[in-house]
Amino acid sequence: MPMIELIDVSKNFNGRQILDHMNLNVDEGETKVIIGRSGVGKSVTLKHIVRLLEPDQGIVKVEGKNVLTLTGKDLNELHMNIGLVFQGGALFDSLTVGENVGFMFREHSSLKASEIEGRVKESLALVGLYNIENYMPSDLSGGMKKRVALARAICTRPKIILYDEPTTGVDPITADAINLLIDELHDKLKVTSIVVTHDMRSAYKVADRIAMLYEGRIIAEGTPDEIRYSHNAYVHQFITGAANGPITEGQSSILKNTEG
Amino acid sequence: MIFKRNFYIAIGAKIVNFIHFFGGLFSLAVQTFIQIPAKPYGAKRIFEQAKKIGVDSLPIVSLVSFFLGLILALQTAYIMQKMSSEIYIASIVAASLTRELGPVITALIVAGRCGAGITAELGTMTVTEQVDALVTLGSNPIKYLVVPRYLAVTFMLPILTIFANAIGIYGGYLLCVNRLSIRSNTYISMTFQSLVYKDVFTGLIKTFFFGMIIALVACYEGLAVRGGAEGVGKATTKSVVSTFILIIIADCFFTALFYFFWV
Repeated sequence: MPMIELIDVSKNFNGRQILDHMNLNVDEGETKVIIGRSGVGKSVTLKHIVRLLEPDQGIVKVEGKNVLTLTGKDLNELHMNIGLVFQGGALFDSLTVGENVGFMFREHSSLKASEIEGRVKESLALVGLYNIENYMPSDLSGGMKKRVALARAICTRPKIILYDEPTTGVDPITADAINLLIDELHDKLKVTSIVVTHDMRSAYKVADRIAMLYEGRIIAEGTPDEIRYSHNAYVHQFITGAANGPITEGQSSILKNTEG
Repeated sequence: MIFKRNFYIAIGAKIVNFIHFFGGLFSLAVQTFIQIPAKPYGAKRIFEQAKKIGVDSLPIVSLVSFFLGLILALQTAYIMQKMSSEIYIASIVAASLTRELGPVITALIVAGRCGAGITAELGTMTVTEQVDALVTLGSNPIKYLVVPRYLAVTFMLPILTIFANAIGIYGGYLLCVNRLSIRSNTYISMTFQSLVYKDVFTGLIKTFFFGMIIALVACYEGLAVRGGAEGVGKATTKSVVSTFILIIIADCFFTALFYFFWV
């Protein structure tokens, strides 16, 4: 049984079809990377899994349970089992790094302050950060914010981690460090992961399997090597970053040169 | 013809926006009332907001109400001196402040100072996905963000109004005693003689409703923000304008209600 299943999921925003009968399976312990152009619906897919969004049609299952039917305690349990790392970090500005990372425990557990402090330190250490619990998010660099967001997502030791563009907006060295971190967490915590990105370097590095999202559906899926040597013209244009090809066909030359 | 059609479309769009706004506001109010008794109570967050909204607003509320009392006494003196009835200035200042100006001016100050702040804060949290992060961390944004602000505004506004009334009356007192040669004892006794329980009470009832309007509109506009920094700016302006209009309408409604049905 797949850990995460999206079955025939469709989503429309203001008349624009973002997901169109999309199907996706992620097996337990697998790291699946979803690639695709900006605005194609990658983040929307992640938000359906944690029920931040509900599909117009279709079913989203996590560990065999339809997330749309979950309420109260079951929904809380789903959130405990899934860590979502937002693109911009989404750290709470008004809380310190320590309070951000230990948020779930402070709000939803009866753990003592000292125990929470221990879990916070442990999670920060897993992402390579030490003694920054009392810093405010505004004191951190972009790369550090991403790491703290990751520490917050793993603090409850979830079974699933969803990464929304983890390497966007950071320098290449930090990006590589984040890729290593995703790999390390996968090995240490044995989690199932979905990484949404359009950074192919990152995709090849962390993926067990890569799926390409185009016009609301998965149009190709395979191992990093299968994708790298794919004969699918759409996949080929995307992974090579070519301005001309089937994806940009029909768009004006200006669009071809400025988008993507 | 085209002009006429566009005119009707514009009117239609306004009506739809109006219904959408009040529907959203009503839905937020219902969800807020449901979440108030739910655990965890978040007392620390409520006190933090009460300090921000109540204690931190006290200097500006005091300053404005002091000068308001002073101006009110001056303007009343202008009329009363013509009728040689300066003695009634104290009564008019006290009644005007407690029944009307104290509650309304305090509400407008809090709406401008705190309502705008709440919309900007929640709006920024919405566009930076912090509100989504709250949900994924198992917290209800209404419970975590709206309830503390709602309770803080609703309970701090009457307290601020009591301060505003007292300071405004003191402003009038200072002017009358020092510049208009009214004896201190006379001013004080005229103030308390004219003030009845109903004057103070009707003023304070209004402030509970003003508080509800300020908190709900500010939170609704903040959580409904779309489109980055520009969206936050627009929402903040809209929040303040809507709150001002709704406060004045609510004030008119309650004043009429108390006048006709609470004699």
